[in-house]
Amino acid sequence: MGAGHTELLYHRSDSPVHRLPPEVKIAAMVAFTLAVVATPREALWAFGGYAVLVVAVAAVARVRPGWLLRRSLIELPFVLFAFALPFLGAGERTEFLGLSVSVDGLYGAWNILAKGTLGVLASLLLAATTTTRDLIIGLDRLRCPQLLTQIAAFMLRYLEVLVGEARRMRVARLSRGDDPRFMWQLRGFATGVGALFLRAYERGERVYLAMLSRGYTGRMPQVWQGAQAATVGQWLAASTVPAVAAGVAATALVLS
Amino acid sequence: MEHLAMHISNGIINGPVAAIFAVIALAAMALCVQRGRQHLDDRLAPMAGLVAAFIFAVQMINFPIFTAGVSGHLLGGALAALLVGPWVGALCVAVVLTVQALVFGDGGVAMLGLNITNLAIIGTAAAYLLIVALLRVLPRTPAGLAVTAFVSALVSVVAAALGFVLQYKLGGAVDLGANITGLAGTIAGTHLLIGVGEGLITAMTVLTVAKTRPDLVYALRARRPVASSPVPAVGGAR
Repeated sequence: MGAGHTELLYHRSDSPVHRLPPEVKIAAMVAFTLAVVATPREALWAFGGYAVLVVAVAAVARVRPGWLLRRSLIELPFVLFAFALPFLGAGERTEFLGLSVSVDGLYGAWNILAKGTLGVLASLLLAATTTTRDLIIGLDRLRCPQLLTQIAAFMLRYLEVLVGEARRMRVARLSRGDDPRFMWQLRGFATGVGALFLRAYERGERVYLAMLSRGYTGRMPQVWQGAQAATVGQWLAASTVPAVAAGVAATALVLS
Repeated sequence: MEHLAMHISNGIINGPVAAIFAVIALAAMALCVQRGRQHLDDRLAPMAGLVAAFIFAVQMINFPIFTAGVSGHLLGGALAALLVGPWVGALCVAVVLTVQALVFGDGGVAMLGLNITNLAIIGTAAAYLLIVALLRVLPRTPAGLAVTAFVSALVSVVAAALGFVLQYKLGGAVDLGANITGLAGTIAGTHLLIGVGEGLITAMTVLTVAKTRPDLVYALRARRPVASSPVPAVGGAR
């Protein structure tokens, strides 16, 4: 976790996807994910269609495939769970590579793999093309309660404070002769965690009071919001991907 | 099975059950926003942000339990309930989950209702009920507060994990038959261990805050401050 951590996933670029207002992208991503989840798991072809959509958006957004694949490893634990299902599942069993496995379990594993991976990829595409600041503006424009956007905005701001404070405390410990190697770091971490919290709070409180004295009222000023709210054209452009996905899902539902 | 009970990904629970829990989560969040608004003052606003940031950061530290790929990370529901109260605390956890789902793909967006129900609602509610009960029974000493924090964190983790088991029973991707009890046992067992780690960190953090800035601990607001020997200000004078 380094400085600028909150922009860890953002790829600075000027693609058409980057230029779309954040609220449009969030809505499109959520709609796409819902279409994927609503698809019956037996419709194998539908998931191929969704994958094509994801690849197309990644190409337009100029996000490298290698980066997407590496980042999607976050899903690994679920993949392990998915591979266990064919052996744990009840009901009808079949032979697969000489092993007796549950049919229901096989489909379940496929279900988790396909829908999970597509969901992760959609999230990553959103994160790669939207800064966290824009993400909060987008949520605000989508009528997310101000209390929540306020907590989210402070969370992202204080994440930096927390990381910076942790680094300062580590430097302080090192300069007092401590040798925090892998396991021994645990003890230092455990005793220092409360102090870290307090120090970060006191720093964060000063940030907050400074914001208040500069006219902060719980919402970021208009200037800060940069681009204007989305136009009808932008909504239409962004809705192509979820619209195609919804079409695929509807077809799959009718056919099944 | 690392994130299993933490962040459910798309496809693990079927659509209808996810939709039902999304409605439950939405209703509970609306109540929390309504109640939380009355509490959020100058002291609580930065605290809520920091608690959320702390939970966010701490959830990135995965600690292995066995070598066999079973690991888990902290939840933070009890910490949030202790420091900012149940309403704002549940909102903090929900914000963390939403940002993680949107940005990292950690937990499916379509499963957000399930995740919020388990971690933000069940986790925080279980912790807060225990906190209120234990603070009333236990002596008003730092040790009493530490025990309260430890026990409430431990129980909240296991309660949240069992929330997942219930949801899986209602609408899991695969009917596990009798194996569901095995799943429940595995999950409860691993989360008992995670809960111990969570309890230690929660107790450690809350104790330090209560000793130096008792005014910041929501759970102690109604009562007189924890009796403690004077402690030099953490971090020294700045």
